[in-house]
Amino acid sequence: MEKLRTLVVDDELGMCLGIKKALRNYTMMLPGMEDEFGFDVDMAESAETALEKITENRPDILLLDYKLPSMSGLELLEKITVKDAEMVTIMITAFASLETAVTAVKRGAFDFLAKPFEPAELRATIKKAAESLLYARQLRKLALEKHQVRFQFISVLGHELKSPLNAVEGYLNLMDSRVGGDRVDDYQEMIARSLIRIQGMRKLILDLLDLTRIESGQKKREMQKVVLQDIVRKSMETVLPDARKRAITLDLQAAEPIEFYCDPSEVEIVMNNLISNAVKYNRDSGRVDINLGRRDGEISIAVKDTGVGLSKEETARLFQEFVRIKNSKTRNILGSGLGLSIVKKIVQLYDGTVDVKSAENVGSEFTVYLKNAA
Amino acid sequence: MENEKKHILLVDDDIDFLIQTKTQLKVHGFEITTAESLQEAEEMLKKFRPDLAILDLMMEHSDAGFALAYHIKKKDESIPVILVTAVASETGLEFDVATNEERSWVKADAFLAKPIRFEQLLAEIKKYLKD
Repeated sequence: MEKLRTLVVDDELGMCLGIKKALRNYTMMLPGMEDEFGFDVDMAESAETALEKITENRPDILLLDYKLPSMSGLELLEKITVKDAEMVTIMITAFASLETAVTAVKRGAFDFLAKPFEPAELRATIKKAAESLLYARQLRKLALEKHQVRFQFISVLGHELKSPLNAVEGYLNLMDSRVGGDRVDDYQEMIARSLIRIQGMRKLILDLLDLTRIESGQKKREMQKVVLQDIVRKSMETVLPDARKRAITLDLQAAEPIEFYCDPSEVEIVMNNLISNAVKYNRDSGRVDINLGRRDGEISIAVKDTGVGLSKEETARLFQEFVRIKNSKTRNILGSGLGLSIVKKIVQLYDGTVDVKSAENVGSEFTVYLKNAA
Repeated sequence: MENEKKHILLVDDDIDFLIQTKTQLKVHGFEITTAESLQEAEEMLKKFRPDLAILDLMMEHSDAGFALAYHIKKKDESIPVILVTAVASETGLEFDVATNEERSWVKADAFLAKPIRFEQLLAEIKKYLKD
């Protein structure tokens, strides 16, 4: 059980002890949080002692009497600076005027308790204050995490953009100093690698733009009823030149025309990613089988290849941003490391799921389940 | 034989680094064999004894370079091993082979952080292959 440190500041010892007694065995639960919360009560009978205690070890909850011998509770509030979600203050007062209330709230008080009060009243007020404090803390934690994820994304992105530039720059410098010979043909491999790295960089930038558009929600979604086969065929056509070069067969199977309510551009991005992956990571003369179907109110799109496949460990990392499965089998394959992140984000817009089945050197099957957009 | 070319094993999963480094080292009169993975490097090592090895620390596994360095040294302590890594600049981890104690477990003669200037790599190589 987590204990919230509570400091009671009141020059009446009776009041301090009363509050201590009322909170001693009081615990509370918050929806969405697993732990129970209790209260650890400390006392200060003067503003000076209170200030000392607050400076030394900041309490979570401050119960502050309005009227103290050497200074008022309001003056004391003014002397302490409270960071967001650090401490919550409840004023105790015998003569609550609207004016006092307004000033106190301005200086950061959360609520009031009017003397005299019942233990039940105290607990209800404390509970409300604790709730607000804990939720604020949780929000702050989430915001911080989000910030860190963002930061990490940008730093990896920077690296991913720098790396092809370094490679191409290196090749150009070598060509410039003619280390490999005087004929253009002497540099065929360097030219080919430079082009591959540049294409890769372009793909990364295009994927990044897709991802940003989906994440920002700025792109207006244009919903309409489509026949799924039409979108799939379009995606197949875009990869056909690459597939032909490597004698890879593409096949589409569906029992019936499948109507689906969606933004066709989104489903097209999903299909383009899955089908182009299936071709890219395939072996020469391999197959890509696309199966469309329905399952309990959802549509399913399965894309199966006969390629390099994935190990269990690789499958687990697959949907993380910038994870590209790196090994000798995949080194000349272009990819941004964002394709499957994009697929996952779009699938979530349709309240759907992605399944992956894979065996090393046998192939992978990605199945996407989508619900009709609301 | 005095004039025989020194044979260097160059291992990195970054194909562009391999091509570029190999091209430059050849100009300086070295014979270069490259490998893109731990496994490929182990295969090469069965076929010949390099005069020096340049290994990338992070390949398919985060410590593939360490493992390979260890194997090479176990096989022949006298083969100089240079570990090359982007680890220092990317993760903030710092390795050096300054002390004998560290040398005993790291099993490498030198560490270079990526991006590497070729002159720097060449200087290291010459240091270990001077005789």
